[in-house]
Amino acid sequence: MELVLTTHFGNDQYRTIGTYQELGGYVALKKALGMTSDAIIDEVKKASLRGRGGAGFPAGIKWGFLPKNDRPRVLVINADEGEPGTFKDRLIMSRGPHLLIEGIAIAAFALNAHMSYIYIRGEFVKEANILNEAIDEAYAKGFLGKNILGSGFDLDLTVHRGAGAYVCGEETSLINSLEGKRGWPRLKPPFPAVVGAFGLPTIVNNVETLADVPWIITNGGEKFASLGSEKNGGTRLIGVSGWVEKPGVYELPCGTNLKDIIYKHCGGIKNGKALKAVIPGGSSTPVLRPEEIDVAYDIESMAKIGSASGSGGVIVIPEGTCMVRILGVLMNFYAHESCGQCTPCREGTGWFKTIVSRIENGKGKPGDIDLLLDLCDNMMGRTVCPLSEAAGMPVKSFLTKFRDEFEQHIRDQKCPYGNKFQSAHA
Amino acid sequence: MPNIILNGIELSVPDGTTILNAAKQAGVEIPHYCYHPKLSIAGSCRMCLVEVEKAPKLMTACSTTVTDGMVIFTDSEKVRKAVTGVLELMLIHHPLDCPICDQAGECGLQDYYMKFGLHKSRYDLGDKIHKTKHQDIGGQIMLDSERCILCSRCVRFLSEVTKTGELEISQRANHSEIGIFPGRPLDNNYTGNLADVCPVGALTSKDFRFKCRVWFLSATKSICTGCANGCNIDAHFREQTMYRVKPRVNDAVNQAWMCDFGRLEYKKANEARLAEPTLRQGGSDRMPGWESVIAEVAFKLKETVDHDGVDSVAVIASPQSSNEELFLVRRLADEMLRTPNLAFTSRVAGEGFSDDLLIKADKNPNTRGAKLLGITDGGFDALLQKIADKKIKTLLVFGNVLGDLDDNEVATLLSAVPFVAVVGSNEGALSRAAHAVLPSATVFERVGTFTNFAGRVQRFAAGFAPRGNARPELDIVIGIANRLGAGWNFTDAASVFGGIAASEAPFTGMTHETLGESGQNATEAGNA
Ligand SMILES: Cc1cc2nc3c(=O)[nH]c(=O)nc-3n(C[C@H](O)[C@H](O)[C@H](O)COP(=O)(O)O)c2cc1C
Ligand code: SF4
Ligand code: SF4
Ligand code: SF4
Ligand code: FES
Repeated sequence: MELVLTTHFGNDQYRTIGTYQELGGYVALKKALGMTSDAIIDEVKKASLRGRGGAGFPAGIKWGFLPKNDRPRVLVINADEGEPGTFKDRLIMSRGPHLLIEGIAIAAFALNAHMSYIYIRGEFVKEANILNEAIDEAYAKGFLGKNILGSGFDLDLTVHRGAGAYVCGEETSLINSLEGKRGWPRLKPPFPAVVGAFGLPTIVNNVETLADVPWIITNGGEKFASLGSEKNGGTRLIGVSGWVEKPGVYELPCGTNLKDIIYKHCGGIKNGKALKAVIPGGSSTPVLRPEEIDVAYDIESMAKIGSASGSGGVIVIPEGTCMVRILGVLMNFYAHESCGQCTPCREGTGWFKTIVSRIENGKGKPGDIDLLLDLCDNMMGRTVCPLSEAAGMPVKSFLTKFRDEFEQHIRDQKCPYGNKFQSAHA
Repeated sequence: MPNIILNGIELSVPDGTTILNAAKQAGVEIPHYCYHPKLSIAGSCRMCLVEVEKAPKLMTACSTTVTDGMVIFTDSEKVRKAVTGVLELMLIHHPLDCPICDQAGECGLQDYYMKFGLHKSRYDLGDKIHKTKHQDIGGQIMLDSERCILCSRCVRFLSEVTKTGELEISQRANHSEIGIFPGRPLDNNYTGNLADVCPVGALTSKDFRFKCRVWFLSATKSICTGCANGCNIDAHFREQTMYRVKPRVNDAVNQAWMCDFGRLEYKKANEARLAEPTLRQGGSDRMPGWESVIAEVAFKLKETVDHDGVDSVAVIASPQSSNEELFLVRRLADEMLRTPNLAFTSRVAGEGFSDDLLIKADKNPNTRGAKLLGITDGGFDALLQKIADKKIKTLLVFGNVLGDLDDNEVATLLSAVPFVAVVGSNEGALSRAAHAVLPSATVFERVGTFTNFAGRVQRFAAGFAPRGNARPELDIVIGIANRLGAGWNFTDAASVFGGIAASEAPFTGMTHETLGESGQNATEAGNA
């Protein structure tokens, strides 16, 4: 199987520029600097490279949205990785920082952007340090800075650390935070491609999206596309957590069967337990029942069954786990992370948490399930950013797919698993 | 000009119009909280959701501009459910303390609550989050953050209008709370506007707090007399007492704002008012009624002119007077007394603070009007000198102050004049030094026009009858002039304004009607 990203991740020295170059690094950048901007974008379009941050937008098409004017452009790299269940960008940054830097340099050249920022999750201190060391190396070797490799192209790259907010992974909130403002998502339009960071046209891409770019330039877009499934080019880093024998990050072709990911690649359910549920693409994606997981793990196939591969975080839930408690943990997260700007999300996420925790604690009321579902209707699709939707999707899917478990909690006025839910935040 | 259909009504609106404003043009009100016409669009309260044909989601009317052929529904079942849902969420932590809230009666929450019929709470009282109540955050404002719906209007006002940024939202999610930075209270001259921009009772005026339920108040359209900017205001009163003023929208003058000084100007209408026409001789006061007092003043003026010559009488006009009043004061001096001694000054005691938002250094509402009507401020100091030199035997003074002279200076100066008549509304050094006190109406008790610093002529209306036995200055001037044989038959301020329009070039073609509610620019304003 051909790997795009992780081939050398086992090599401790891969993060240094010397080893990276010995193993073929920065050759793609040299090649790209000899290409036209349109040719690079064309190659990325041919690659069917879909954004790896969650929404799956085709990268090449996004790059074409920049207005054709001579205003300075900004390339922003989303390294916030805050979605519960997702932990793959972190691997790229710590194991292959130069892959990312090379991808950024190529993309910036194609976009004619001379400023770029890696917005990294505040908790990723180690990764930020590794990136900064790698960036220093790249400057020293002339892969960043003025007149890169004599091409006349200049690029500055800066690491900006976030301050600990999930919502700052949403691209416009990220831009506000980068500008030193409160991390509130912006109303769209205008979209960042038109008015983004510091008022300038801006492209925001996920770490993994850009780390794929050097391979695409070296091997061609068509080759990349052929690695994956229809409309989903290349491989994906899939972070599997929960009750499996071998949790971890796996690089697999887009469209790999989800059941195979869990049973073949991750060795199946730990201790031979039965599978109860799978959250397939980060905490926001609708939960699946065991009979639903025989599905290609790509954007269209997952959408067809009403869920999503999202940010590639698969959470495996075994039998004997209380679904009400899991939803309580998730709701605690969203109620803490809503930026508080929109009424439905600010108040709705907190109300979700209140109701779900009282159900788990044996104090649920007869109308609570319908109240939760009605709240979903009143929140989803009604807000500035999709966080409200992200909180509503688990609620809706848990209630639809595991309704009996919720009913049982309310009927018996206790958790059948003997759990109590304690809020992690006031 | 996109053509749209809104609730079945066909409309054509200018390019770039938002759905919310297009609906307004069609007479359809779309509920909103975070939208404020003079602030940037936040689009965050989500109250203004409407259904747009072919759009997958409900759209926010405040932030969506119409496109040609758009079909919009603001009252569909889907919209009603959505808006009711938002309102419910907005209210779950609300303290529901309407009985003791100053906003009650003009509260966006109360209005919509009734409209959308949200009567039964699905939220447990015990789960309500409590926040800080009754915080004095500086300026004219009290904050009750439990009532706040986090619409961010106040934050935007302070970042976009005053650019001082004292309020911010801290925390996240349903712990979000509006507040000042520790130890840094509101620090600008426009804090009173915060109580106006706040759609609920979270930011209230310390001055107005608990004074009166708003439904007992009546309103009249007025002009602030605090400085030459001439901010448009609504004056709120009950019987003959002023309770507050609020800015009235006028894009050419004050947008939707006013300053904190102007906001407290109304107090002068309630305090230390002169109530009774009075004659004072050898330390004793007589109150023989208007006819006698006016007759006495006219007699003194005429007697002085006849015996000592026109140079022995003087008239000091006031830039607090209206155009109509100043016009007749000038004619009284020119035509009836024929004295060269007519002057005024715009100077007042104090610093004369100004900024580049609204506040002007000139603390009078009608300096420009006085000048356009040909009354000069050049002769003021010379006239004071004449008074000090005891050349003036009879002096007629308008207003409550004499330029920037302090009380002692006024008393000393006027002791040099045998007969001083003062036309003013409030007690002070002037009225104390007067031999005849002619109590006049305040801006809230009379009708007239002021010309602001930029030459904009603006009308103010009377809210209530003059307190006590005071009279509009116009009646007093006409009374004196007619005693001197003027034979003026003006019936009211509007008819005097007709006289101004007929003879004074800058006002050509204007009438009280053409001025409307937002005024007109004087034609030669630029060269005055
Ligand atoms: C609440 C929220 C959190 C998000 N967090 C992240 C994140 O941590 N990392 C990320 O790459 N994208 C995140 N996104 C998606 C970004 O808004 C954006 O779509 C993405 O960075 C675009 O990059 P891509 O096209 O390369 O995927 C988040 C979106 C939302 C609504
Ligand atoms: S949906 Fe939630 S997180 Fe997103 S902008 Fe609105 S309040 Fe903030
Ligand atoms: S205090 Fe008033 S204006 Fe400010 S955010 Fe709250 S409700 Fe809005
Ligand atoms: S700026 Fe002048 S006119 Fe306006 S409110 Fe203040 S004092 Fe009154
Ligand atoms: S008024 Fe439109 S979202 Fe608040």
